[in-house]
Amino acid sequence: MTEATLAGGSARRTVVAGRPRRRHANNRAGWLFLTPFLVLFAGFVITPALMGLWISLHRWNPVLPRKPFIGLDNYKELFTPGSLTFGDFWQSMGATGLFTVLSVPFLVVIPLILAVLLNRRLPGIGVLRAIFFAPYVLGAAVIALMWRYLLDPQNGAVNGLLAMLGVTTQIPWTVDSPWVWITLVAVTVWWTSGFNMVIYLAGLKGIDKELYDAAAVDGASSMHTFFAVTLPGLRPVMAFVTTMTILNSANMFGQSYLLTVGHPGTSTRTVVMYIANYGLSGGQMGAASAMSYVLFAFLAIISIINYRLQTRESRP
Amino acid sequence: MTQTAVHPDDHADVHEGGSAARERRGPSPRKLWRNVPIYVVLIVVAIFVVLPLVWVLMTSFKTDADALMHPASLIPHPFTMQAYRSLASSGQEPIYRWFLNSLAAGAIQTVLILVVASMAAYALARLDFAGKNAVFGMLVVTLMVPGVVFLVPDYVIVEKLGWLNSLWAITIPGASGAFGVFFLRQFMIGLPMEIEEAARIDGAGSFRIFLNIILPLSRPALATLAVLSFLSNWNDFLWPVYVLLTPTRLTLQPGLSVLQGAYSTHFGIVMAGAVIAAVPVLILYGLAQRHIIDGIATGALKG
Repeated sequence: MTEATLAGGSARRTVVAGRPRRRHANNRAGWLFLTPFLVLFAGFVITPALMGLWISLHRWNPVLPRKPFIGLDNYKELFTPGSLTFGDFWQSMGATGLFTVLSVPFLVVIPLILAVLLNRRLPGIGVLRAIFFAPYVLGAAVIALMWRYLLDPQNGAVNGLLAMLGVTTQIPWTVDSPWVWITLVAVTVWWTSGFNMVIYLAGLKGIDKELYDAAAVDGASSMHTFFAVTLPGLRPVMAFVTTMTILNSANMFGQSYLLTVGHPGTSTRTVVMYIANYGLSGGQMGAASAMSYVLFAFLAIISIINYRLQTRESRP
Repeated sequence: MTQTAVHPDDHADVHEGGSAARERRGPSPRKLWRNVPIYVVLIVVAIFVVLPLVWVLMTSFKTDADALMHPASLIPHPFTMQAYRSLASSGQEPIYRWFLNSLAAGAIQTVLILVVASMAAYALARLDFAGKNAVFGMLVVTLMVPGVVFLVPDYVIVEKLGWLNSLWAITIPGASGAFGVFFLRQFMIGLPMEIEEAARIDGAGSFRIFLNIILPLSRPALATLAVLSFLSNWNDFLWPVYVLLTPTRLTLQPGLSVLQGAYSTHFGIVMAGAVIAAVPVLILYGLAQRHIIDGIATGALKG
């Protein structure tokens, strides 16, 4: 892209891929325009990413005068059964994994169905799309508090409505297993489906309309068209949605923090919630940093595996 | 895909048959009739989405006793603003102060992102300079790092800077994300070259071109980014929970968490708090709905 452009200083025309383009090497202006952003980026992205590694190699507690270097001890502890953090960390990793496994299928499939149903020009479709997306613009705290009230076992509207339908037991949505998991998944689906739906809708626009015309000429049923045209056409978008949803679910925090408060016991405490509590409230910053890097490594591995699987599937 | 970054006019697509002329007149009665089952499904889903929100709004106008009533009813009886008045007079939970803090933080961070990201995006989209690809690659790589990795070190940095419990903590670090740069860069790449070229031949420098040509042409993308930035700052939860410490400094999201602790059995009051935090973003969404949805779709797929 930059061939023959850095050589000459003055404006000149080069033809790249048949398209006339002006290229003007302008080192000073380029870096000047980047500087304000790069200052922030260096200060709050690059520095902390490296500093986190550094912190994870220390017994780093802000209230202690000394922060001794301890090498990889924080990491070793995470992999030593019976250590101070082993049980809690892996329990929270397990809770996060369970939430991810339970939530991702719904978050991939339900928005896809909604998008396919919405992808037609009919009166009212725009309004319905706007309604389905609306919960996504609300914050985690609002979502968690409203559902904590609606799902309250004694006084919540959901159990109230169920009672009218003849369900006499009070379902412990926010306090007991397995209901807490249903709650966390359902609330997350309610909250974020609109986001994935919008991405699918954009992907559906990219599918060649002639394929649909051809299917119609062949007399294909709408089911058949969905599996023969829509689904293959959406494959890359679906891979993207799946990867992103896995990462988002693995970083879940607000729902567990405010809606189930980790209950019952600490069984719905996610790993992000544990790291934040242990590192910032508990002051164990070294150990917490080590945990965040272990989580990062996990997610990187999962993303790579997921990417490999999705790209292999797409080859016929 | 082509660069239709923010196009207000192309929302619903046409896959159902029919000539352009017929589409303009709207679907035929037969086609509408055929779609009744789809409407039924979609309307049921819409009820599931809307009803909880309406229920919460209604609860905020109930008395405590009414909110705990069995069987629960949607309509408040009696209708009261008591919950909002209690919140207004609470010294420990100054929710209207939190509201102003959220507003200020959202506005400051949005302006900061617009300035910083538009400059960086201009450099990456329209200028050629040594090291450009390296910078771009670095931005892409950091997108893969989960946010929790930055949590502890960012906290340490913010503490060193003396920003804990201040507006700086919830505005400056959050403006360092690369999303805005990618988003605007994508839009600016699609702008026609010719105008900029003509200006350069007339002797205009990069800064004048940026200010007088690129920024005005980028207005739709800037508006979308502004709305998205404001929303994400307003809704940020984890970070402000840990860096804001005293009651008067809180924003709405961590404030709601405090409210829940203080009024766990006063559902009317807690729901009034949720309504106060939700209404501004729902209004913003109502006004800029298409910008938000198109911006998220293009930002996600092309960013």
